Amino acid sequence: MHDLALMVVNIRASDIAVFGSQTLVTATPLTLAALGGVMAERSGVVNIALEGIMLTGAFVGFLVAFVTHNLWLGLIAAVLAGMLIASIHAILAISFFVDQIVSGTVVNILAVGITGVFYRTFLETQSVAGPGTLPVWHVPVLGDLPVIGQILFQNAFVTYAMLALVVIVYLVIFHTTWGLRTRACGEHPQAAETAGINVYFVRYLNVIFSGGLAGLGGAYFSLQQIGNFLPNITGGRGFIGLAAMIFGRWNPFGAFGASLLFTASDQVASRAIAFGVQIQPQFLGMLPYLLTIVVVAGAVGRAVAPAADGKPYRKS
Amino acid sequence: MSRIWSRAPSWVISGLVVPIASVLLGFLVAAIAIVAAGSDPSQAYLALFQGAFTNNNAFAETLVSTVPYLFLGLGVALGFRAGLFNIGAEGQFYIGALAGTFVAYSIHGLPPIVVIPLAILAAMAAGFFYAGIAGFLKAQTGAHEVITTIMLNYIAFLIVNYLVTTPGLMKDPLSRTPRTPYVDVNAILPIIVPHSRLHAGLLLALVAVPLVWFLIDRTTLGFRLRAVGFNAGAARAAGISVAGTMVLAMGISGALAGTAGVVQILGVLHAMSPATAAGYGFDAIAVALLARSNPWAILPAALLFGGLHNGASFMQLQTQVSSDLISIVQGSVIVFVAAPEIIRWLLRIRRKVAPVAITQREVTTPNA
Repeated sequence: MHDLALMVVNIRASDIAVFGSQTLVTATPLTLAALGGVMAERSGVVNIALEGIMLTGAFVGFLVAFVTHNLWLGLIAAVLAGMLIASIHAILAISFFVDQIVSGTVVNILAVGITGVFYRTFLETQSVAGPGTLPVWHVPVLGDLPVIGQILFQNAFVTYAMLALVVIVYLVIFHTTWGLRTRACGEHPQAAETAGINVYFVRYLNVIFSGGLAGLGGAYFSLQQIGNFLPNITGGRGFIGLAAMIFGRWNPFGAFGASLLFTASDQVASRAIAFGVQIQPQFLGMLPYLLTIVVVAGAVGRAVAPAADGKPYRKS
Repeated sequence: MSRIWSRAPSWVISGLVVPIASVLLGFLVAAIAIVAAGSDPSQAYLALFQGAFTNNNAFAETLVSTVPYLFLGLGVALGFRAGLFNIGAEGQFYIGALAGTFVAYSIHGLPPIVVIPLAILAAMAAGFFYAGIAGFLKAQTGAHEVITTIMLNYIAFLIVNYLVTTPGLMKDPLSRTPRTPYVDVNAILPIIVPHSRLHAGLLLALVAVPLVWFLIDRTTLGFRLRAVGFNAGAARAAGISVAGTMVLAMGISGALAGTAGVVQILGVLHAMSPATAAGYGFDAIAVALLARSNPWAILPAALLFGGLHNGASFMQLQTQVSSDLISIVQGSVIVFVAAPEIIRWLLRIRRKVAPVAITQREVTTPNA
């Protein structure tokens, strides 16, 4: 406890800024995956494929950026690749009524295979310089604000996009006709169909959008964070994003908040160790996972999924 | 084409034609990926086959990889039959291996006939408990086991990492690399084929297959388990304790995964390091799906995956094709097994029963 007290005493404003900035930046892929989860699951399709979609986005984004020397083309390619591989999940789950966990698992396995095989062919032996990373945009005036400016207004594209998308997805889900249709399909598809909504169409589009969001999340790793691709670069962050979605109760702002909580606990962990706090890094590493279990088990208020989430819909 | 199939009984189609066609199509899809990656599929598959079966000792090595797939596949399949999707086999494998290794290096001076069962029992208990957490949470709070078992996987890696890398806990003080002490000589499973690594764990796994089949198909517990998997509401109405059955099913599934872990240690590795499992638990999901949760069908499915696992490294050595190719094979195989309509359409097999009934019977997966 003494060490922890010392750590708290030694905090300066610049530390807070670095802490906040790191928390926000590392929450970028989690939030994008979680937003993807919100889109799909609000329409009634469970998407555990987010991990594989992110991996695909990270790979294709980097490959295209590498070949064209254009990071922005890479970014677009990542989104499109995410949509493409998500449509496998959509076809299997919606048209073939395959169990949604199974088809999500299929996408995750295929993504490891596809990225692994093509990485070895096209990238592993390349020694040419990579395409670099997305530039940091320092917003004039706002970026000069103390602490807040460094956290919010000195970021690269994917992080800004994530912040905007939290609001956009929220507005789409709760304040547009499409969102109303989406939620209807997720809660009671039969009733939605009766009201003239094409459930299959709504679910297809939502899963494909979900893939675009997760694909962008994947681009964060290869184009913004490290400027390279490595096998399994996403390291399970898609699953954590899914957990953030549940923690955030299928709400975009909730998902964003949960992602921040997860990454903040990571930041606390790494700083505590740097300050010599006597706690094993492995235990701190477990925090997000334990939190997730606690949340899913309903200990912190009950998380209720859309009523038809995970249930295949058959026209009768 | 359709005339050939119209005479075949439906179990031949769903039990043989669809799985075999799925595997062949899986290889075909992967071949397209090989071509797209600029390599020659025939050479890659030749190397894969040589590495899996015909090279010196290759078949014995394939069987070595088949052993964990058998235990894990049985475990995941048993979960499926109870309507539970155990993605946590990887973590339960770790925790089981950890407990079994602890027993096997702590006990000295007892004969193998005592030490080995003790280590396996410890692993089963640990796997049962660890998976039981997810079963309990599902039964008590409705927490989806897919999420909880994924999280428990990460926690298991970290627990193992902590215990195995920290001096004074399970780390061998004499070793520079993080690993536990080697297990007692009497705890090592005997080699059953000279000059190979093939160990008696294969025999244990072969015994486990009929045991699990018997448990699922011929016992009251198995009946309850299938009833809960088929329709939890109806099972509850029939007086079956759904919560208790879920915990037990998840626990037994975890006990089998734990056994896979300890057998891998006692048979092959003889000590535990942070990198012990190498993804067997995730592949096991594909094994169980390919076998359509039938314990007997786990045998060929596990052998196929053992061969793929073992042949892939030789293929990567011989050709430019990454060993990750087998993930494409696995993924596509599951697609075709899980969506048999695709194969029925390709082979022009007409349905004999109403579509809804067919798809429900085709794939035994949990109805969330």
